Amino acid sequence: MKKSIRFKLNGKEVSLDVEPNELLLNVLRERFGLTGPKYVCGIGECGACTVLLDGEPVLSCLTLAVDVDGHEVTTVEGLERDKELTAVQKAFIEEAGIQCGYCTPGFVVMLDKLLKENPNPTEEEIREYIRGNLCRCTGYVNIVKAALKAAEELRSSSSAIKLESGFHS
Amino acid sequence: MTEIVKPSRHNLFNTHILPVSFEYFAPKTINEVLDLLSRYSSNAKVLAGGTDLLVKMKMRLVEPKYIINIKEVEELSYIRDEGEVVKIGALTRWRQLEKSELIKKSFPALYDAVKVMGGTQIRNMATVGGNLCNASPAADSAPPLMVLNAKLVLASKRGEREVTTTQFFKGPGKTVMEPDELLKEVIIPKPEEGVGSAFIKVARTATDLAKISAATALKVEDNKIAMVRIAIGSAAPTPVRTPKTEEALLGQPFKPSIIREKVRTVVNEISPIDDVRSTAFYRREVSKVIVEDALIISFNRASRGG
Repeated sequence: MKKSIRFKLNGKEVSLDVEPNELLLNVLRERFGLTGPKYVCGIGECGACTVLLDGEPVLSCLTLAVDVDGHEVTTVEGLERDKELTAVQKAFIEEAGIQCGYCTPGFVVMLDKLLKENPNPTEEEIREYIRGNLCRCTGYVNIVKAALKAAEELRSSSSAIKLESGFHS
Repeated sequence: MTEIVKPSRHNLFNTHILPVSFEYFAPKTINEVLDLLSRYSSNAKVLAGGTDLLVKMKMRLVEPKYIINIKEVEELSYIRDEGEVVKIGALTRWRQLEKSELIKKSFPALYDAVKVMGGTQIRNMATVGGNLCNASPAADSAPPLMVLNAKLVLASKRGEREVTTTQFFKGPGKTVMEPDELLKEVIIPKPEEGVGSAFIKVARTATDLAKISAATALKVEDNKIAMVRIAIGSAAPTPVRTPKTEEALLGQPFKPSIIREKVRTVVNEISPIDDVRSTAFYRREVSKVIVEDALIISFNRASRGG
């Protein structure tokens, strides 16, 4: 029996009817056309399907769509503001943190969240935070470099804003 | 997705969809959960984090008719300092344990387990109760909770009862819980002064399940072992304590050579098997080593007051 659910998706209220056995990942990809989150392992090993649920990273391949009723979901598509790539996305391009790109949305969602929680992470803290995300092309060196670069970029731009406005936010 | 897909060799490996239909409930209170459990009992499964249950359902290892999602039962999610004990609600996420100074300070063995369990996303989803109720011999929370003498509160419409973590497990995927019971709370007594504890896990990759794991709690007085508890995971049908080795260690001086000699008997108290993650031989050999290491870490922690 279908259930009606309402939730906030990338900042917008949405509602739809889902079967209880529909997975959040498939609903996002197939019903909303949000193909950022990827299906890879389907059993919680790889992190490619990572989305934010109420601001915390979770695996959408192991979340029932009915479970997000009344909650807030953010996919990689919801991270950018005014069609501008995020600092993490830009740093991934600059540092060549991408090869095939399949794992990238998961990493971007994770690192965007990490830098909000911890604007000045060490390499070890970065590696610890993304230990549940797998990249099978090349490894993690450029991904970690990109994270460090994005962190630096965000710190310098936020201190510029503070200077401009003359008070601490 | 209403039509039932019949199990075949192929869809056992299709993890894209959930090929099982079920009726879904999302109660908001413990009482509602217990009502549903008493009504549907063994036809129902409680869904908490979903990181074990949904995987099993994708593989069609379990096919419940009713799913009781307890994620919205807020009264099951807490870490409470009650002086002599700390009470942890069954729905508490591993990430909440990781962020808790109280857990880090009071229960180092449990904190060690948190730091090696899954990745960030899994810790945001997986719950303390789910890890126990899934009853995997490799459950990372089990050995630490066993050596910390944690009690588990099981609730049903018929009332509540307490069991120790050691009594709780009956076999792979099996516990002492009745079909109408809900694991409600974990109660961990704060160790007395001078007790140190540790947990060590050997796994292939950072987020994999344990090949073998061990937790210890230790108190040394006048350089003699005054209290010792050892638990080993992934080396028997359930996580196990090793009472004979513990007894042999009691009263012994805490000297590396003596510890190494005495922990050899843990291999007689486990019954490991060959499986996808490791071999019985490897598990027996490594059990001695990680118990010895965990005891030394416990000792070091106790002597610096943590």
